[in-house]
Amino acid sequence: MKKYWHVINIGIQNTLVYRVNFLFRASFGLIPLIATIYLWRSVYASKTGDSSVAGYSLAGMISYYVLITIVDAFTAVNEDDWQIAADIKDGNINQFLLKPIDYLWYRLCLFFAGRAIYVVAAAIPVGLFVYFQREYFVLPPDRLTGLLFVASTIMTALLQFFMSYMMAMLAFWVLEVSTFIFILFAFEYIAGGHLFPLDILPPTLALLLKFTPFPYQLFFPVSIYLGRSTGSERWQGLLIQFTWLVIFYALARAVWNRGIRRYTAVGG
Amino acid sequence: MFKTLQRYGGIYAALWRNSVIREMGFKSNFILWIFVEMLWFVMQIGFIAVIYQHTDRIATWTKWEVVLLVGISHLVQQLFTAFFFTNLTQLSDLIRTGKLDFMLLLPVNSRFLVSFRQVDLGGFVNAASAFAVILYSIRQLHVVPGLVQWFTFPIFAIAAVVIHYSLMLILASTSFFTVRAQGIVWGYYNLFNISRLPDAVFRGFFKVFFTFAIPMLLVANVPAKLLLQRLSSPREAFFLFIMAAGCLVLSEFVWRYSLKHYTSASS
Repeated sequence: MKKYWHVINIGIQNTLVYRVNFLFRASFGLIPLIATIYLWRSVYASKTGDSSVAGYSLAGMISYYVLITIVDAFTAVNEDDWQIAADIKDGNINQFLLKPIDYLWYRLCLFFAGRAIYVVAAAIPVGLFVYFQREYFVLPPDRLTGLLFVASTIMTALLQFFMSYMMAMLAFWVLEVSTFIFILFAFEYIAGGHLFPLDILPPTLALLLKFTPFPYQLFFPVSIYLGRSTGSERWQGLLIQFTWLVIFYALARAVWNRGIRRYTAVGG
Repeated sequence: MFKTLQRYGGIYAALWRNSVIREMGFKSNFILWIFVEMLWFVMQIGFIAVIYQHTDRIATWTKWEVVLLVGISHLVQQLFTAFFFTNLTQLSDLIRTGKLDFMLLLPVNSRFLVSFRQVDLGGFVNAASAFAVILYSIRQLHVVPGLVQWFTFPIFAIAAVVIHYSLMLILASTSFFTVRAQGIVWGYYNLFNISRLPDAVFRGFFKVFFTFAIPMLLVANVPAKLLLQRLSSPREAFFLFIMAAGCLVLSEFVWRYSLKHYTSASS
């Protein structure tokens, strides 16, 4: 266990180099977000009569985006998949085959270290953003909701990581994994709730999405927090999220085992 | 003058040939990239469709007008990608690996070489699909752009591409001063996002900033209004061209300044 603490430590030191990069990333990321809020504001302004969109008031809609930004800062995978793919392609994983260290846990530690630094760097722009939107920043309705939100967010981070890890494993078979990473990211972006809350979709579509892994990559914890998902639906969602987590963990392991069999240790 | 043009034309033809050969070396990758871009395009339109399930107007814009806008934004972005994007994103690698030194030694204008080194052929395929969406939404709208509009549209589009190119060159030039500039370059993707939204949505500082500092609200909105025949006054068109010229001049200054302060990375 102790060796993994060292990995986290090294990871933190390495990612500290990118702190300005992270700051830029987080700041630039806010621009489309602010634009989306403007867009919704004007949608609500031109609505006559019923002033809600599928149960979201304007304030509710803005809170949604505020929370998405926060959860995303804590859970998004941004460089890890590229790095893993590069490790495989360049033969850097050779050393892990010899050392008594597990590559998946090693990468997970680096992912956590990266997120920790990212959250600190993003705290400035995101904090300012939340401050300006503070009237829309609500606390969870009760303690249980808060706890479940935290649990779900942790699972979200792990799910994101295992899915990306699995995609990066494609580097064992193909030279260029970036297209696959972008395809997955596209689905994550729209079906994960980045662009809009998934429960404003037509009901059948929203129901279908519930059984895919995508909503659990971002949307689900936010829907718990906002009390959009309550009662048995909430527990059901957590169960589905946990199931996907286990599935992707198993897949990540399986794909690694298959990949390593045909790995020829190029370079290194 | 003519001789120079001829010489650069010859160089560019050779660069094109190289690009085609390179792309054909990775055919499946080439097709996959086109697929990725189409997927993102479809999703952007999907987002518009979802919003219009709940409203019939965004500010003054109706559904197909916004689809037209998204199409134009995509067209401009893809033309920019075809000619410039990969070249500019690679600048930081060129600097880090020291390959830029070699390029500076060649008897060719270095900005030309850095900007035009590669052509991304997939960009043209995606631009064509964007154009198809533009045509389809115009049919849905029952507006008939006249000959004048159709002839001026490409000029507007070129001005828009020039804006993207100049801004991106300025951003990419920061890699002369910081080692890791990918984050900044990546940030440009976020700017694309604004260009496909109707300008009427924005107000105050945000609108002024993204019209006159980073003219993202001009690159697609002005050409869209041209086709929709909604350019209320020639003022907006004037802004587009002034900003395009301004960005180009500024980017030249930044480029020269950066090169002057460049002290080779490796070796």
